[in-house]
Amino acid sequence: MKTKFQIKDFSFYFNEEKVLKNINFEIEANSILGIIGPAGSGKTTFLRSLNRMNDLESGYRIEGNILLDGIDIYKPEYDVVELRKKVGMVFAMPVPLPMSIYENVVYGPRLSGVQDKKRLDELVEKSLSSAYLWEEVKDRLHTSGMRLSGGQQQRLCLARVLAMEPEAILLDEPSSGLDPISTAKIEDALTVLKKSYTIILVTNNTKQAARVADNTAFFLMGELIELGTTSQIFTSPVKTQTDDYITGRFG
Amino acid sequence: MKLFGEKAVRRILMVTAFSALSGLLLIALFILNEGLPFIFKYGIKEFLFSSDWYPHLGKFGIYPMIVASLWVTLGAMIVGAPLGVFGAIFLSEYTPRPVMKIIKPTIELLAAIPSVVYGFIGVMVLAPIIRANFGGPGLSLLAASIILGIMILPTVISISIDSILAVPQSYREGSYALGATTWQTTHMVTIKASKSGIIASIILGLGRAIGETMAVIMVAGNSVNIPNTPLDSVRTLTANIALEMSYATGMHRQALFATGVVLLIVIIILNSLASVAIRKRMVKR
Repeated sequence: MKTKFQIKDFSFYFNEEKVLKNINFEIEANSILGIIGPAGSGKTTFLRSLNRMNDLESGYRIEGNILLDGIDIYKPEYDVVELRKKVGMVFAMPVPLPMSIYENVVYGPRLSGVQDKKRLDELVEKSLSSAYLWEEVKDRLHTSGMRLSGGQQQRLCLARVLAMEPEAILLDEPSSGLDPISTAKIEDALTVLKKSYTIILVTNNTKQAARVADNTAFFLMGELIELGTTSQIFTSPVKTQTDDYITGRFG
Repeated sequence: MKLFGEKAVRRILMVTAFSALSGLLLIALFILNEGLPFIFKYGIKEFLFSSDWYPHLGKFGIYPMIVASLWVTLGAMIVGAPLGVFGAIFLSEYTPRPVMKIIKPTIELLAAIPSVVYGFIGVMVLAPIIRANFGGPGLSLLAASIILGIMILPTVISISIDSILAVPQSYREGSYALGATTWQTTHMVTIKASKSGIIASIILGLGRAIGETMAVIMVAGNSVNIPNTPLDSVRTLTANIALEMSYATGMHRQALFATGVVLLIVIIILNSLASVAIRKRMVKR
C-alpha cells in the first residue's frame, strides 16, 4: 500500500492551548480513513491541518510535520494554493458559492486555468455524476446553487471538489445535517471514489465510519488513541477508551 | 397610576417621533410651495435648460448649475469611489482584524471634520497646487471634485466594509478550499456577494457630494458657466442658493427655492436607489 500522508509528531496549538498532541501515523492512498471521536477531540482541527485551512485563523502554532507524498506541506516555501488544489475539502455545513450550479462546479477548474467550454461541460457532467447529483440537476444547471435542498447542496460541494481532480478529499462531517437518503448517496459516492482518491472522513456518526471506512482512527482530547482497520476497531478495540466510545458509554 | 405612566410615555415618544417626521414634511412642503409655482410660471424647459442666469434682468436659467453639480459629483465619484471601495476591500480582506478595528473608526472620523475645514484646506493648499501645476484659477471643478472625493470616503469605506464583512466566512472558506488565492476569492466571491451594499455606499456618497455646500463654495470658484475643462471655475446648485439667498427678493427668491426643488428631487431619487440596493441585499440573505 502506498502512503499518501505521513503525520510526524504533529502538534497544534491554538492561543497556546495544545489542541492536537504529538500525532503520529500514516494515511494510505486510495482508501477511506474514518476519524471518529467525541466533540472537541481535535478531529476537525486535524483535518484542516491537512490542507492548511487553519492558516485562515490567527493565533495558531504547529510543531512537527505533515508530509504529502513525502514533501513537508508546512515548509515555508510550500505553495498553499497548490496544496488546496491537490487536497480538496467538503465542510460540515454545505455552502454553495453564491452562483449557479454550473459555476459552482467549474469554479475550481477555472482557477486552475481551464477555459475550454467543452472541457468544462465534461467536467460538470462527470463531477455531478460522481457525486450522484447529475440526474437531479441536469436540466437546471444555470439556476442558483443556493436553491437546492441541503442534501443536494452537500453533493454539489462534493462535485465542485471532484471537478478539481484532486488527489485527496477531506470531508468534515459531511452528512451531519442530512437526511438518511442523502447520506446514503454520499456514502455510495465515497466508496466508488476511493478507487481514484485518498479520502479522509471525519464523522460524529460511528456507524458511518463502520459502513464506509477502510481504516478508522479514534481521537480523544487531541490525542490519537487508536488506529486500525475498521473491522478491528469496531470488533476488537485494543484500548478501553475506544471500546467505551464505540459502545456508547461516553461521547 | 402605572397604566397612566405607560400611556404617557407612549404619547411622549410618539410626539418626538412625529416631530422629526413633520420637520421633514414642513421643509419639503415649504420648498415645494415656494418653488413649484415659479417653475410653472417661468416654464420648466426655460428654467432647467437655459444658460442665462441674470437675476437682475429676470432671467433664471439654471442649466450651468445643473451641469456643474453633475460634473462635480461625477468628479467626486471618480476620485472617491475607487479609493473608498478598494480601501474597504484592503481593510476587510487583507488587514488583520485588530488593525482594521482601529483604522475603520479613524477613517469614520473624517466625517466629523467640519466641511468649512475641508474648504479651507482646499483654498489654502489644493487650489495653489492646481494653479501652479495645471494653470487656470485654481479654484475650479477639479479642486471641488478632489475635496468632495475625500469628503465622501468615510461614507463609502464604512458602508462598504460593513457589507463585505457581512458576507459569511463560509463562502470564503469554500473558495479557499478550492485552491483560490485571496484576490480570486475576493473578486469572484466576496465582492459578488456584497455588490449591492458596495453600490449603496457609492450612491449614499453621491448624495452627500451633490448636497455639500460650504466646501464647494470655497473651492469651486462660483462663476456661472458651463465648464469646458476641469480647470474652469463652476457654480453648483447648492452654491447658487447659498451665495444669493441673502439679497434675493421676489422672483429671484422664488427661483432659488425652485433650485432647491430640483436638488430635493435629485436627492430623493438617489436615496431611493440606495435603499432599494440595500433592501435587495437583505432579501438575498
